[in-house]
Amino acid sequence: MPNVSEHQTNANRTTVDYEKVVESGQFKQFMQNKRKFIIPFTIFFLIFYFLLPVLTSYTTFLNTPVIGDISWVWLFAFAQFIMTWVLCTIYVKKANAFDEQVERIIEDQIDDGDGGKAS
Amino acid sequence: MSATVIILFLAIVALTLAITFWASKQTQTTGDFYTAGGGLTGFQNGLAISGDYLSAASFLGIAGSIALFGFDGFFYSIGFLIAYLVVLFLVAEPLRNLGKYTIADMINSRFDAKKVRGAAALSTITISLFYMIAQLVGAGALIQLLFDIPYTIAVLIVGVMMTIYVLFGGMVATSWVQIVKAVLLMAGMLILSFLVLMHFNFNIGAMFNEAKTATAHGADYLNPGLKYTEPLGTISLMLALVLGTAGLPHILMRFFTVKDAKTARKSVVTATWIIGAFYILTLFLGFGAAIFVGDATITEANPGGNMAAPLLAEAIGGEFLFAFISAVAFATILAVVAGLVLSGASAFAHDLYGQIIKKGKASDKQQMLAARYAALGVSALSIVLSLFAQYLNVAFLVSLAFCIGASANLPVILYTVYWKRFNTTGAITALLSGLISALVLVSMSPSVFSPVEGEALFIGDPIFPLTNPALVSVPLGFLGGYLGTMFSKETDAKRYAEVKVKAHTGYRETGS
Repeated sequence: MPNVSEHQTNANRTTVDYEKVVESGQFKQFMQNKRKFIIPFTIFFLIFYFLLPVLTSYTTFLNTPVIGDISWVWLFAFAQFIMTWVLCTIYVKKANAFDEQVERIIEDQIDDGDGGKAS
Repeated sequence: MSATVIILFLAIVALTLAITFWASKQTQTTGDFYTAGGGLTGFQNGLAISGDYLSAASFLGIAGSIALFGFDGFFYSIGFLIAYLVVLFLVAEPLRNLGKYTIADMINSRFDAKKVRGAAALSTITISLFYMIAQLVGAGALIQLLFDIPYTIAVLIVGVMMTIYVLFGGMVATSWVQIVKAVLLMAGMLILSFLVLMHFNFNIGAMFNEAKTATAHGADYLNPGLKYTEPLGTISLMLALVLGTAGLPHILMRFFTVKDAKTARKSVVTATWIIGAFYILTLFLGFGAAIFVGDATITEANPGGNMAAPLLAEAIGGEFLFAFISAVAFATILAVVAGLVLSGASAFAHDLYGQIIKKGKASDKQQMLAARYAALGVSALSIVLSLFAQYLNVAFLVSLAFCIGASANLPVILYTVYWKRFNTTGAITALLSGLISALVLVSMSPSVFSPVEGEALFIGDPIFPLTNPALVSVPLGFLGGYLGTMFSKETDAKRYAEVKVKAHTGYRETGS
């Protein structure tokens, strides 16, 4: 991500027309990419998470031992940790790509001064 | 009390005071005081978040819960960790991009309304005070056990220490106390887990095998259901855990201590790795305590199981390890309460005094003075309340704080960033409906009313069945915000466009 102070010195003296920026194809595309990433992953991890208490509350099949005395419920619990770390890593990768898009949006839509030129 | 305990105890006091002395020289402006000038690196802040988050309830409480209730104790570990995905995916970066010192700053980047700021400050103050009373009462009881000091003195020691850190060292001292604590805590956890695993030749299967026969629960110890038998109660608790963190003011405030959203992201990732490792290790502590100490000895020392980890240290590492783990527990408490003082003080001094009463026109000197008075006031108030609460069962206040975070703060934060139609009325109704429903439902719940004397604050039948009301209060918070928004015609597309661009790009105009 570009340094904030850099943009502060470059920024327009007049107020930025944010509505134009939001309406620009470039920004819309960026938000759509972001939504397509954030929403499915958020739904996934919430379901994965709530599946554990739901299954332990209403069923007992997770109590079946798998490896020695370690049952499915423990493996599912450990999987929650793995899932968290994997999603963290995926998020960072994806966010770095978003950073590049953000940099271009700031350059094209804001710093160029005409707030929302066609993209 | 042994000489080792006293030496380690004093070493922590001396180290944190040295940090505070050093930090006080770096705390020149209000920005330094609230956010350490925004100068922490992602890794430092990640450690500090871990230090801020991993309370004595996590360290001693979860280890004890697992020791006594097996799998059910581990539920907390899972919920407290996955909460960070909510923080990372939905909250951290927009929050950093829009806010300055407090949650109210972030919400008011869209509204500039005193009522919204007031409501947000009220929610922050409520959470901070409740959480702090729970921590201080727990700390008093714990230090009494660990160091054999009377409760009143114990609360005063912790109270005075936290006041000194915040008053003189602000966020710089608080951050570094939290960083040191995170390192000490992880070292303690690793040593204990290593020693436990060594007994089983690092074979986790053998540990499970032994746990199966070590407790009175027999094979059931490895299965869920020893503690949480009400399905809706379990799910409600899990909901509060996973959503609450993203609404806890003392955690969210930490994101303002870094320079931009990218660094905020790095801090969450670092914190998630550390916190995840920590919660995995709680398992070895819990099982170790169940096997090497035994549930009878654990409950005899403290019915809630809080002594499980120190007793385990004594059983497998002798007197020195016991002293070390006790000192770590002390550092753990100090780091968390310091963060809470700071978040409470920022709501009073920055939101209520600086922005509402002084309309943002107070000089930096005035703001600093206000921040310090507020820190002193918040500390004094919570010390006094904690002294009165000695004989009350206040453990539920922690889950209440998480519940308010999830029901009042999170809906407003999400609506502010992601919902175009959202307006001032909606922000106020979301905050108030979440806050009030959490408070009212808890006050009618089994945490407050129990037919068994000593189990809750009052004797009587609970009107509301869920110990943690998140399952009802979180939807009420979101619904309150939705209805409030829809009942008011007001909407400001232009302002939302600005918030949307800033939240997602981190763009800031000159002078803003």
